[in-house]
Amino acid sequence: MSLLREFILPRLLQWALVIFVGITITFLIPRLSPVNPISQALGRLTAFQNVAPEAMVELRETLEDLYGLNGSIFDQYVAFWKRVLRGDLGPSFSAFPRSVNEMIGAGLGWTIGLLGTAVISSWLLGLLLGSLAGYFSNRWWSQVLDKLLIFIYPVPYYIVAFVLLMAFTFYLPIFPLVGGAKGTPGLNWEYISSVLHHSFLPAFSIMVGALAFRFIMAKTLATSELASDYVQYAEMGGLPRRKIITNYVMRNTMLPQITDLGLSLGAIFEGALITEVVFAYPGVGSVLYNSIISADYNVIMGITLLSIVGIATASLLVDLSYPLFDPRVRLR
Amino acid sequence: MITVRDLLRFSPSFRYGAIILMVVVVLIILSYFSPFEPDDRRAVPRNEPPSFEYLLGTTSTGQDVFWMLTFAIRNTMIIAGVAVIIGRTIGVLLGMISGYVGGTLDRVLSSIVDSVIVIPRLPLVILIASILRGQITIITLAVLIGILDWAYPSKRYRAQIFSLREREFTQTAVFAGMNTFKIVVQEHLPFLIPFLLADMVSGFLFAIGFEVTLSILGLSDLNAQSIGTMIYWGNYYQALLSKQIWVLAAPIAASVLIVVGFYLMSIGLGTYLDPRTRLKRLEVRG
Repeated sequence: MSLLREFILPRLLQWALVIFVGITITFLIPRLSPVNPISQALGRLTAFQNVAPEAMVELRETLEDLYGLNGSIFDQYVAFWKRVLRGDLGPSFSAFPRSVNEMIGAGLGWTIGLLGTAVISSWLLGLLLGSLAGYFSNRWWSQVLDKLLIFIYPVPYYIVAFVLLMAFTFYLPIFPLVGGAKGTPGLNWEYISSVLHHSFLPAFSIMVGALAFRFIMAKTLATSELASDYVQYAEMGGLPRRKIITNYVMRNTMLPQITDLGLSLGAIFEGALITEVVFAYPGVGSVLYNSIISADYNVIMGITLLSIVGIATASLLVDLSYPLFDPRVRLR
Repeated sequence: MITVRDLLRFSPSFRYGAIILMVVVVLIILSYFSPFEPDDRRAVPRNEPPSFEYLLGTTSTGQDVFWMLTFAIRNTMIIAGVAVIIGRTIGVLLGMISGYVGGTLDRVLSSIVDSVIVIPRLPLVILIASILRGQITIITLAVLIGILDWAYPSKRYRAQIFSLREREFTQTAVFAGMNTFKIVVQEHLPFLIPFLLADMVSGFLFAIGFEVTLSILGLSDLNAQSIGTMIYWGNYYQALLSKQIWVLAAPIAASVLIVVGFYLMSIGLGTYLDPRTRLKRLEVRG
């Protein structure tokens, strides 16, 4: 019972608070802006294309609900929450009458596949390489990796993606320029291999940065762990090095790494915006980009809300799983 | 000042970072002596590759890429600088209030800060910037980036102040009758300055990354030269397909140079701040 009260309950409260603050900010932002987003959006919409009158009416209504222009501020806030809790994000402006949920759902599978693979594999690889490089910090390969990844790490992601795109689709056309796959979806080798072929470069571009970050972090943690007495003791005791690294050093540096993995997995829902724009990959990021271009606030807001809930839930799960990985937390 | 001198002397990565940033500063100063206005079009022959006359070539709208780049670096650094100042001011103030006042206020502030840290920033910025599209200026963009980047610093200052408050010299100062303001300014601030430096460097990295990202999405002030907008217009005029690689290579190389410079400095500061390596340094010298 005390576990529930002292450990689980505060974290659940924090989770609720994060979501509350996030959704409140999302509610307030359009109201604080000096421009009226509704007339601006509708004006922009009618400037580019013809919209059916009934579509206009419904748009204006949902907009007024979402941006809160009916009743007092408090009423609007309550109405906004009701919509959010029902999971009803309204229709999209640019692809009326498709709903925002539909639009996001169409991209979600692509994004989860791409980012899930990239995040998990770069995490594993970076952890392993970083720990090894920390342990064997005098070897040449460790030095080379260190210098290389420290140079790559701070480079803005867009630049990495763009240079890769230029190199491997333009100058050296190994990979296709755009899209998620060719042919009709199905469980045949042709389609699957085309998915892999299309997603290799975007996944690789994400992995480069993530790997560099993970490597630097793992190496720093391993280096500080190596200064501990137990490592020297294990070495003097003649334990095999493989065992020292995997069973002791890596195990002890696991906690912050697992936190990070959880948070990056939670961040998947905001989509890999830049990746998907650069490589024209059909995920949530592309949906977001298209809605930025067509000023589709409903979709932008929907993705913002989804990403807030995603990351808050991920951090809740990470917090709750601490005792599984670290007995020190369990005892406290 | 002593901190900076020590860093330049003992940390190679800080030294290289400082040299790179000196080059950047020179480029910024050069922008004030540019023969062209920032948005002078058709001032030079179009589509010239790099040569002695046009150091980095010219664009398809007849602008000299080198001089464009000096303006771009200047504006990007202004955006980053303003954002860093705003973010750190909020962060330091909140951290200090949280750390010195403590109690219920601290608990409330900390849980708010913890929530804000978790909230993803890119979608929020995109939401704001797309509402403000067309009205955004360099300064609005800087303010926007600044007000999103204070949560993590404030948490670190809070932790730092908590540990300073418990140190013995604070107690001594209190018993000696020193007033609180004096203790904060004379005794605690010197300890906070290296942290502030490290924090400012990471703030610059964050702000530059955000500026480039937003500009490429077409969400910043596209009429002002910045590293991001240079890439945006380079793509817009299809520099790659028309084989004018220099138009894109210049801003890309500049951004890589700047961030690597800042990052090297932050590594130097990080090792300087880490008590373990400081002990190691003392051992080596002693």
